[in-house]
Amino acid sequence: MAYDYESHIRPGKLPHIWCPGCGHGIVMKGMIRAFDACGLKKENTAIVSGIGCASRMNGYMDYNTLHTAHGRAAAFATGVKMAKPEMDVIVVGGDGDGTAIGGNHFIHACRRNINMTYIILNNMIYGMTGGQFSPCTPTGDKASTTVYGNPDPTFDIAKLAIGAGATFVARGTAFHAAQIDKLIAEGIKHNGLAVIEILDDCPTTYGRRNKFRSVVDMMKRLKDIAVPVAAAAKMTPEQLEGKVLTGILHKEERPEYTEQYAQVISRAKGA
Amino acid sequence: MAKKVALLQGNTACAFGALYAGCNFFGGYPITPSTEVAEVLSEELPKIGGKFIQMEDEIAAMASVIGASLTGQKALTATSGPGVSLKQELIGYACIAEVPCVIINVMRGGPSTGMPTGPGQSDVQQAKWGTHGDHAAIALVPASVQEIFSETVRAFNLAEKYRMPVQVLYDEIVGHMRERIEFPEPGELEVINRTEPTVSPEDYKPFDPSFGDVPPLAAFGSDYRFHVTGLNKAADGFPTTKANLVDDEQRRQIRKVDGNQPDIELNEEYLTEDAEVIIFAYGSTSRSARYAVNELRKEGIKVGLFRPITLWPFPEKRVAELAKQAKAIIVPELNLGQMILEVERVAKGTCNIVGINRVDGEPINPGQIIDQVKEVK
Repeated sequence: MAYDYESHIRPGKLPHIWCPGCGHGIVMKGMIRAFDACGLKKENTAIVSGIGCASRMNGYMDYNTLHTAHGRAAAFATGVKMAKPEMDVIVVGGDGDGTAIGGNHFIHACRRNINMTYIILNNMIYGMTGGQFSPCTPTGDKASTTVYGNPDPTFDIAKLAIGAGATFVARGTAFHAAQIDKLIAEGIKHNGLAVIEILDDCPTTYGRRNKFRSVVDMMKRLKDIAVPVAAAAKMTPEQLEGKVLTGILHKEERPEYTEQYAQVISRAKGA
Repeated sequence: MAKKVALLQGNTACAFGALYAGCNFFGGYPITPSTEVAEVLSEELPKIGGKFIQMEDEIAAMASVIGASLTGQKALTATSGPGVSLKQELIGYACIAEVPCVIINVMRGGPSTGMPTGPGQSDVQQAKWGTHGDHAAIALVPASVQEIFSETVRAFNLAEKYRMPVQVLYDEIVGHMRERIEFPEPGELEVINRTEPTVSPEDYKPFDPSFGDVPPLAAFGSDYRFHVTGLNKAADGFPTTKANLVDDEQRRQIRKVDGNQPDIELNEEYLTEDAEVIIFAYGSTSRSARYAVNELRKEGIKVGLFRPITLWPFPEKRVAELAKQAKAIIVPELNLGQMILEVERVAKGTCNIVGINRVDGEPINPGQIIDQVKEVK
């Protein structure tokens, strides 16, 4: 029997805005399977997003959904989680939204280790506005604002998250669809700030400018560059050149923010 | 029974006013001269199980407040000019998404970093026009420590009643001075909570105009689930670009303030009945104006004070009447002429209107006002 995605989708809200060949839908399906696997209750879950193609996702999903301003999703979500720690809070958005205009909120959510799951769909471009380079666009690549090649260095989102203090960091790709729900589910179960980066594709605004002749070529790229962490351990630095590690990249236990604040409340009441 | 009294700083009174109103969430960022509001609430909120969070920046503080309010909390932030400039993005979000919240702006000099420890009244037009797009605005301008308490309570009431951000603006002088305050007993001041939906979760629409201009707001994490966006939206909360739906929603949001101005407006008049010269003054400036009125009355000069406590929506009707009655209106402000523009707009040339302006970090003293009244009389 086909998987029941429909019951998680708001009636009448499809079709979505995404272009043919965009991987965002693959990620959304992975999220739904993960929510199911974790038994998230619709009423008790808030999906918070910023601005951009990926951030439009929560409008299709039948949960409490908060489509905020560009970059601000983590900060809104922090307010929701802090006010109602018993809610499950999911943040979803793109690479530009999360690491450029929202970079400050992103690193501080990681630092606080507040129990939320931040899913970043990294398609390496600002798609909605027509393909300007993002902090995740590879150096040298073409974007509508880097017609001579991108002079900027790129962010490694996972390293950024680990450096900022996130206690669960994982990476998957839109090609490895069957892994997405497992990574997200692990992130949801983790008690702390979980970052799950999903490498994604934007055939319309990135692929066309960068010699990907088809969506298939873009998907092949994701397939080729991804190396599971276990496999990478057996590979030489030369073999890992140009590759990206996938799977659970980092996991540690550290006090969770709303639990820490609950202790503040006990101390204040006892004082 | 004797009331509880204290000698309190304005910012402290603000924090206790918020608690009286039922505030249970504060999201902030340190900034002079408002920081005491955050400091007091960081100590007091956890005592009642409330939440205080110091966010990474001013924008995040505003975001956390909106997020918390959507879970049903009464949420507050406090800042000053540079912080309010940063918050404008999300003040607009709170307007369009119709999320109740209160923003305290302890006004200092500007623009930019300006004079952090000096008083100013230069954010008063920003309170109305600061965020982009057409939107309604409510701004309150208390002039004493006692009034900061009561106006903070009223700000929460208006925010919850009209489902929108409400700003309380007071200058650094009022924020940092210490005065005697009588704490109202519980129940003495009205406390209003937002209207929650009564329809079934399946039938709930977060912007349903069939419930009037202020549709009920459900809470995240309750039996209701819904979508909130900063895009123009239809009654069901989902984005739309249909011209008639966008127009309906925009006009309803303006109408909920314009159509309820008598409920929102609050002014104080002092010896205006027979006044030939009216002083239009708010905040700390109104205290100098009152002193000036008393001095001038001793000399038999017919002068009175009109003090708006609700600055936005602007008290158009009453100011227009006073403009017809008076020979002149004097508008002292700690800026280079902001609310005088509104006075001129509604007076429509019916009387002489003169400003007294200071932006040097010093208060306007009664002598300046007395001299000006004598000049126009």
